[in-house]
Amino acid sequence: MTAKLSLRDVTKSFGSKTVLAGVTVDVQPGESLVIIGGSGTGKSVTLKCILGLLEADGGSIHCDGREITHARGAERAAFLSRIGMLFQGAALFDSLPVWQNVAFGLIQGRGMAALEAKDVALTKLAAVGLGPEVAALFPSELSGGMQKRVSLARAIATDPEILFFDEPTTGLDPIMADVINSLIRDRVDDLGATAISITHDMASVRKIATKVAMLYQGRIIWCGPVEEIDHSGNAFVDQFIHGRADGPIRMAVRAG
Amino acid sequence: MVLLQPIGRAVLALLAATGRVALFTGPAVGHCVSPPIYWRAILRQMVDIGFYSLPVVGLTALFTGMVLALQSYTGFARFNAEGAVANVVVLSMTRELGPVLAGLMVAGRVGAAMAAEIGTMRVTEQIDALTTLSTNPMKYLVAPRIVAATLVMVPLVLVADIVGVMGGWLVSVTKLNFNSSTYLLNTLTFVQTMDVVSGLVKAAVFGFVVSLMGCYHGFNSRGGARGVGTATTNAVVSASILILLLDYVLTAMFFGA
Repeated sequence: MTAKLSLRDVTKSFGSKTVLAGVTVDVQPGESLVIIGGSGTGKSVTLKCILGLLEADGGSIHCDGREITHARGAERAAFLSRIGMLFQGAALFDSLPVWQNVAFGLIQGRGMAALEAKDVALTKLAAVGLGPEVAALFPSELSGGMQKRVSLARAIATDPEILFFDEPTTGLDPIMADVINSLIRDRVDDLGATAISITHDMASVRKIATKVAMLYQGRIIWCGPVEEIDHSGNAFVDQFIHGRADGPIRMAVRAG
Repeated sequence: MVLLQPIGRAVLALLAATGRVALFTGPAVGHCVSPPIYWRAILRQMVDIGFYSLPVVGLTALFTGMVLALQSYTGFARFNAEGAVANVVVLSMTRELGPVLAGLMVAGRVGAAMAAEIGTMRVTEQIDALTTLSTNPMKYLVAPRIVAATLVMVPLVLVADIVGVMGGWLVSVTKLNFNSSTYLLNTLTFVQTMDVVSGLVKAAVFGFVVSLMGCYHGFNSRGGARGVGTATTNAVVSASILILLLDYVLTAMFFGA
């Protein structure tokens, strides 16, 4: 079966600092891959390379067998029209009300009429547990948890085939984090989408992953089904999932 | 040799910055003239940049015109040439002070706001979000601001010219005992179309420069609140310097021997 997304020996450096030293991982259609790893190990850079927000120095990235590593213009736009993304800080447009944030991809990306897009936005807001009274508010009037929900509604507004989640529960209390994790799992299941998430929250991993990959020093050092993570036999994975200070992992100081 | 190193470094840094601005300007201008064009965003920016700058630009022009009349009267009185006050005021306002002062005021008010807004969008990943929502950030954020600023600076400077001349007239008539109709007649007969047109061309160029610098520094800001602050400062400083530099270049082009 052709992988939905396939990364082969992807490398990325910033000056003399190598962040990705050859990332190789496949995501099959319908799979929910969660990439774990400490701060500065290259999780966000991996995601940005797939999205084209950063250009990989080497290796290749394929989507449905088609290479997108250096795709530009219409080719990149075609790929982006198939994805949805939830950013770590929600990244809502603070000059637009909630419904326009959710409908943004429909109006600007697909040319849908504003009235029709508003109806879709209200449906998607309902799907993440937010009522129509929230639609007219601005992002600055919402709590962190509500902003994450709106961002999730925006990510799923165009019914994307592939969803990306960047640290979806960072900054949330445990209960709200669980609510977001449940919403992510349910919405990904509803859409039948392929999902790639990055996180260091093990509760998220256990809730939303079907497959886990661990990134360390710019390489995937372990990859397997989420059920096997507690018996990986990998000292790095064991140290990470149990959050121990002692072990083979030496944390990087700078973000990556 | 040790003394030359910092000079060389500064020259290289300047050349590199020029190259980066050029690489930003090309696509930015391209997006200004290629569809889709966000007309509503352009209109909103024109109101923000033009209409809301009217008070600050108007006040600056008014007091500049008033000071100009007072100062030139004091100087010309020594040579019994007080009659030239109206000519000096209208020429200075239309050719130089109208566009330059309006440009500097807009750089402080609008250029800074553009850099801060776009810079904040950059560090909070809103620009990345635009990209993932199939929207080109250069086209959506940068192009409307450049088009709006370039267009709206022309009427803004025209207003500044008129207000500045009226400031000179006010002081001349109420304080320096000029005859009102003679002053206005002198102004209208002396000013030539080229004086006004050259000032309006400068206005458009300055509007372009202010918006370009605001967008460039905001778009390339890094590192949180401090980065946004630096971007805002750099936008105002670079726009102000470029306005003064380009003012000389344009003046030499229009009126150079």
